[in-house]
Amino acid sequence: MALFRCGRIDVDDWVFPADDTQIPTAGRVAVPKARFLAERHALLQRPDALGLILVAGDGLDDIAPDLPRLGLIAIRFPRYTDGRPYSLARLLRDRHRFKGELRATGNVLRDQVTFMLRAGFDALDVTHEGTLFALREGRIVTVSDHYQPASREDSERHPGGRAWLRRSAGRSLA
Amino acid sequence: MYRYDEFDHGFVRARIAEFRDQVARRLSGELTEDEFKPLRLMNGVYLQLHAYMLRIAIPYGMLSSRQLRKLAHIGRAYDRDYGHFTTRQNLQFNWIKLEDMPAILDELAAVEMHAIQTSGNCIRNVTADHFAGAAADEVADPRPYAEILRQWSSLHPEFSFLPRKFKLAVTGAPNDRAAIQVHDIGLEVKRNEAGALGFAVWVGGGQGRTPMIAKKLRDFLPEKDLLAYCETILRVYNLEGRRDNKYKARIKILVHEMGEAKITQAVEAEFAQLSGTSLTLPAADVARIAAYFAPPDFATLPAISDSYEAAKRNDRAFARFAARNVHPHKIPGYGIVTISLKPIGAPPGDASAAQMEAIADLAERYSFDEIRVSHEQNLVLAHVRLDDVPAVHAGLERAGLATPNAGLVTDIIACPGMDYCSLATARSIPIAQRLSERFADLDRQHDVGDLKIKISGCINACGHHHVGHIGILGVDRRGEEFYQLTLGGSGDENCSIGEIVGRGFSSAKIVDAVETVVETYLGVRTSPAETFLQAYRRVGEAPFRDSLYVRADAD
Repeated sequence: MALFRCGRIDVDDWVFPADDTQIPTAGRVAVPKARFLAERHALLQRPDALGLILVAGDGLDDIAPDLPRLGLIAIRFPRYTDGRPYSLARLLRDRHRFKGELRATGNVLRDQVTFMLRAGFDALDVTHEGTLFALREGRIVTVSDHYQPASREDSERHPGGRAWLRRSAGRSLA
Repeated sequence: MYRYDEFDHGFVRARIAEFRDQVARRLSGELTEDEFKPLRLMNGVYLQLHAYMLRIAIPYGMLSSRQLRKLAHIGRAYDRDYGHFTTRQNLQFNWIKLEDMPAILDELAAVEMHAIQTSGNCIRNVTADHFAGAAADEVADPRPYAEILRQWSSLHPEFSFLPRKFKLAVTGAPNDRAAIQVHDIGLEVKRNEAGALGFAVWVGGGQGRTPMIAKKLRDFLPEKDLLAYCETILRVYNLEGRRDNKYKARIKILVHEMGEAKITQAVEAEFAQLSGTSLTLPAADVARIAAYFAPPDFATLPAISDSYEAAKRNDRAFARFAARNVHPHKIPGYGIVTISLKPIGAPPGDASAAQMEAIADLAERYSFDEIRVSHEQNLVLAHVRLDDVPAVHAGLERAGLATPNAGLVTDIIACPGMDYCSLATARSIPIAQRLSERFADLDRQHDVGDLKIKISGCINACGHHHVGHIGILGVDRRGEEFYQLTLGGSGDENCSIGEIVGRGFSSAKIVDAVETVVETYLGVRTSPAETFLQAYRRVGEAPFRDSLYVRADAD
């Protein structure tokens, strides 16, 4: 398992305590939505950055007020054919202006990397060996011209012509 | 028609490189078949009963002669010398080797074609009225909007893994030839009272095992909001659509389960957030796309063509062709010619490489170099001078393509069925062939008049049987093929789902049963002017049920 973040393999500086264990008193911890809601008051008192784990199917309404306080949201893809996390990511970035780390976890394969980044994810939790290899070696073959604006308006540029066209910045998957 | 610019060429080239890499990883074993499946489907590659099948996108059914010649070449070089036109206005090749796919995609890219999103749980090839830009009843050309939607939906990062496939259709005429009410999103281009262009938006129609007619969510959506509104509908569907059961995963089920009021509320609430964003269509860009579909250089001609009228008087075969296969054009002196791909006894929708080339030649010479594919699996030459129709007819005769049966009982839609498809539970093509032979007599066909028979080889309804005036659904009953009849369906602006009239028929009996239905219609119609569908809607199913079951049981 490895973390691909902002265009490179990175060290994971977040702790994901198991549901039945005590949350460490200090450090960057991320917890599932149910635990977050149950222990919300105590968690929000912590001085350190706080993270949330969502799964496909979770809604955002009941956590929307707390989003500015979160440094990480990890969204789990139960299967890579489950497309709900893309919409969740786009809502977090475009609607709720979430600025923290948005991490894709679960079944993350290289053929989805461009879709994930364009939907607003900036970190990928990768377990698939081939995907890890391709990311590490810069061997992802993908399409960097796009026919629709998405959630990377800060880095994608408009190549001219039709208003809806976009082009990824460079060839890197940053 | 639409032409690629540098951006479009670059996009397709990059997509081929991506797919070539995916195929290589499959062939090397890095990708399992399970992992490869959604990837190949998104590029139109199916694994069928006998071989890989490649489905090529023909956006809203528009082809140039050059493109059609390329398809002929691919059929000859990589397949068995023919191709099959589908009900989504696409073309599929049924006998392709996986390792040849990237090379074929390169050949297609050279003529501005691809196979992107012709399958898979994503937004499929956008369809439109096959008479677009030519029909006398058109309010506005639907093709610029279909092209804009095609672009927007291509490799959409949010909507490439939907609960299920998603189909859009656009019509620009009140007489709906694009079947918009049985699509996931159906759009009717229209003008409001102020004369501005916009769309009636229908959502949640579909066929399959649970046929449903779409609900109208908006009577008039302004043109500029097209993409924002579609993105909204897709987002609501992507988040809320069922993923627990593939048979309940289409948006029609979500619309049905939420109800019209709640789905409207959900869509409008989301739309309130998305409207006015970067998805808003600038009028200049719409005009830029529309310019590709500007009318060709029509000549000023008399409305009546003497040579056309003379040919009708002097040649019985031509008169039949003119009566059925030539439709009124909006420009005086022109006609719309339907090329039937339903010769008697042949599989519906097939065309040989030589036939495709013959059609390409005719289109180049007589119809401004363009061809349309209709969702009824025929081809269309949209802009033919009436003076030239006799020459076009002669050319079609030489190619074996002059069957004068457009819209008649032998103009049958059929899915590939169990002869090709791994999902099918019964054969469709042989039933179509036998029906075609049974009704081969042209006098009888022309006497029966407008009658749409549609055949599906399984409950997925790719043959659109639910909206056939006579629908036939093939099912498997303890290892034997059985055929369920439905009557009174229609996919046009007066959309209706066909009704099951009674128990099914064996393969041996189904052709007789259809003939009984046709004979019953001939007996009840008030005059030859009353079509099958009108008669059925007037008298109901009772006389048909009686002749199919009561009389049969008494024999």
